[in-house]
Amino acid sequence: MSKDDKILKDFTSKEYEHGWSVDFEVDQAPNGLNEDIVRLISKKKEEPNWLLEWRLDAFETFKKMKMPNWANLKIPEIDLQSISYYSAPKKKKELKSMDEVDPELIKTFEKLGISLQEQKRLSGVAVDAVIDSVSIGTTFKDKLSELGIIFCSFSEAVKEHPDLVKKYLGTVIPSKDNYFAALNSAVFSDGSFCYIPKGVRCPMELSTYFRINASNTGQFERTLIIADESSYVSYLEGCTAPMRDENQLHAAVVEIFAASNAEVKYSTVQNWYPGDKDGKGGIYNFVTKRGICSGDNSKISWTQVETGSAITWKYPSCVLKGNNSIGEFYSVAVTNNYQQADTGTKMVHIGKNTKSKIISKGISAGNSQNSYRGQVKVMNRASNSRNFSQCDSLLLGNKCGAHTFPYIDIDNKSSMVEHEATTSKIGEDQIFYCLQRGMDEENAIALIVNGYAKDVLKQLPMEFSVEAQKLLSLTLEGSVG
Amino acid sequence: MLKIKNLHASVEDTKILKGLNLEVKSGEVHAIMGPNGSGKSTLASVIAGREDYDVTDGEINFQGTDLGELGPEERAREGIFLAFQYPVEIPGVSTTNFMKTAVNQIRESKGEKPLDAVAFLKLMKEKMKLVNIRQDLLSRSINDGFSGGEKKRNEIFQMAMLNPKLSILDETDSGLDIDALKIVSNGVNALKSKENATVVVTHYQRLLDYIVPDFVHVLIDGKIVKSGDKNLALELEEKGYDWIKPGN
Ligand SMILES: Nc1ncnc2c1ncn2[C@@H]1O[C@H](COP(=O)(O)OP(=O)(O)O)[C@@H](O)[C@H]1O
Ligand SMILES: [Mg+2]
Repeated sequence: MSKDDKILKDFTSKEYEHGWSVDFEVDQAPNGLNEDIVRLISKKKEEPNWLLEWRLDAFETFKKMKMPNWANLKIPEIDLQSISYYSAPKKKKELKSMDEVDPELIKTFEKLGISLQEQKRLSGVAVDAVIDSVSIGTTFKDKLSELGIIFCSFSEAVKEHPDLVKKYLGTVIPSKDNYFAALNSAVFSDGSFCYIPKGVRCPMELSTYFRINASNTGQFERTLIIADESSYVSYLEGCTAPMRDENQLHAAVVEIFAASNAEVKYSTVQNWYPGDKDGKGGIYNFVTKRGICSGDNSKISWTQVETGSAITWKYPSCVLKGNNSIGEFYSVAVTNNYQQADTGTKMVHIGKNTKSKIISKGISAGNSQNSYRGQVKVMNRASNSRNFSQCDSLLLGNKCGAHTFPYIDIDNKSSMVEHEATTSKIGEDQIFYCLQRGMDEENAIALIVNGYAKDVLKQLPMEFSVEAQKLLSLTLEGSVG
Repeated sequence: MLKIKNLHASVEDTKILKGLNLEVKSGEVHAIMGPNGSGKSTLASVIAGREDYDVTDGEINFQGTDLGELGPEERAREGIFLAFQYPVEIPGVSTTNFMKTAVNQIRESKGEKPLDAVAFLKLMKEKMKLVNIRQDLLSRSINDGFSGGEKKRNEIFQMAMLNPKLSILDETDSGLDIDALKIVSNGVNALKSKENATVVVTHYQRLLDYIVPDFVHVLIDGKIVKSGDKNLALELEEKGYDWIKPGN
């Protein structure tokens, strides 16, 4: 390698640290989307008939739907027929312990900085790692099962706990909810399943790391979290995807069900490949996430740090059905170069005395476009309900855009909705103040941006918060000057 | 330590400094006085390397180095500290965090290891005493909702933390009541040594009762028009600036 090549290589690898891929033996379906593919997926996964029927039903619905175009996004044509809808690392045999895991896989984890071993030993986090849609290593299972907690891959849940899956699947997000939810329902490959029984506080953060690996495979994760009465769980989702030239579609669905007095905290750090500096490549991320506070006094809290993807279309929402239930949404969305994000939340107040809180911090740099889109809906019988929304935008440079689309829809006179919004630029004054104290410009911006996003970052569990702060700085690297 | 020769500087094509000369040696305290708008803060910013200001002529030499090519962060690492007339708010960033980032980046630039949490805390505790500043203030967003006095005290705290060679205090006395003025001055005096130097910018004589200058300079219309000892400050207090204005 010539010196120039090396410099170039070092530079580009700095651009996106997780941009590499490991060659596994891949078992992959031919490109294309049709009923046969839906059947193939279901068969590969040895699913019961009711689930196949459910998928086929979703596929019928999907065929009648159109790609949504209301978001503030320029979405290139996506050819769904040119995507493969199933790929799985070849199963060699049943894995009993980490020692039996494919060393290539362990390498993958290590490059990601999430060696399962370390995770196990140091932080007490149980990791259910999903690689190319089929989950491989699940740890801490025994410890959790003593408490009656179920934490496993979605496929495993279908086999081992079919009644639970059947009861809740699609109840929070019906397949007809939207185009991408319907697509996911038809072709979802795998994902995570979590059930916390009555009265149990999950003693550790449950964590899933998603990762797109094989080229040209769409990712259609499906996650279902059920918190039974008076239970508590904190769930972490981290995503990274290797660098690819072709755009890749990602359409996940996450459903959360909280029974009375239950609390679910769901945190995401999303770091899919954003495309290069010229806007080439990158993940298209169309996610449907929704939780229902079904019982009285229940609470669902979404926290997200979105730094990746070429396009983000994502609105983690709460349906506040139980009386006194609480929904929260904390978000930091960073866009740089040619990234586009249209993200926010929906809070639907149905029960009495329901409360919701929205804190959204958008950061735009380069030529990117960053939109907050949020809806607060207070239904007729949701008396004495409250919402507080704070939507801030921070701009770095003059070529990027920040937009806010709040929709407020109140049908109850005793309820109150408060909305605050600010747009600011990183001040020259602030940067000079930092420089005068000996910091360089990159550190100065990282410090200012992390301060700006602090109200959201502090919602994250400790280890995640540190990682998120690093990601923010990394994403904005080279965005000023 | 600091040698400024024939300095001309402008902002957006407005000439503000018009041939300024100043020499500061280690161990000295210099006061720069002058009416509002005469260019005192501009001088401070230009020494610190703020990029909005164009140096159109002359040079600034610091410890034998021409500062012309150095960015503000490099000048800071060489030991130039500016206590701001209007300290800047950074929401969500505590003074503690701000200082930890600064201290460690300066150390890193010198090839030193970053201070660990314990050592940093120890340093903080020691310097907090100097300016009588409380921990809870340092845990709040820097300068955000601080009173005038708290902001100035915080600047001197930062100065103590960074232990600079040349400190420029821009109107550090404004907004301080007499007790705060004493505390801040005591802090500044405690940090004084034979190895460092202080430039105090003010337009009130009162501060100079507490921080006693070796030299007093009068800056009018971008130039130093008169220099003297501390008695010059007393004279200015009494007679104002008009009698020394060029042309009078
Ligand atoms: N950024 C700027 N843009 C335009 N004019 C400026 C700027 N900064 C300072 N000035 C002008 O330069 C002159 C000197 O200002 P300054 O150095 O702040 O004076 P002092 O600190 O002595 O009161 C004033 O007339 C002021 O209005
Ligand atoms: Mg001034």
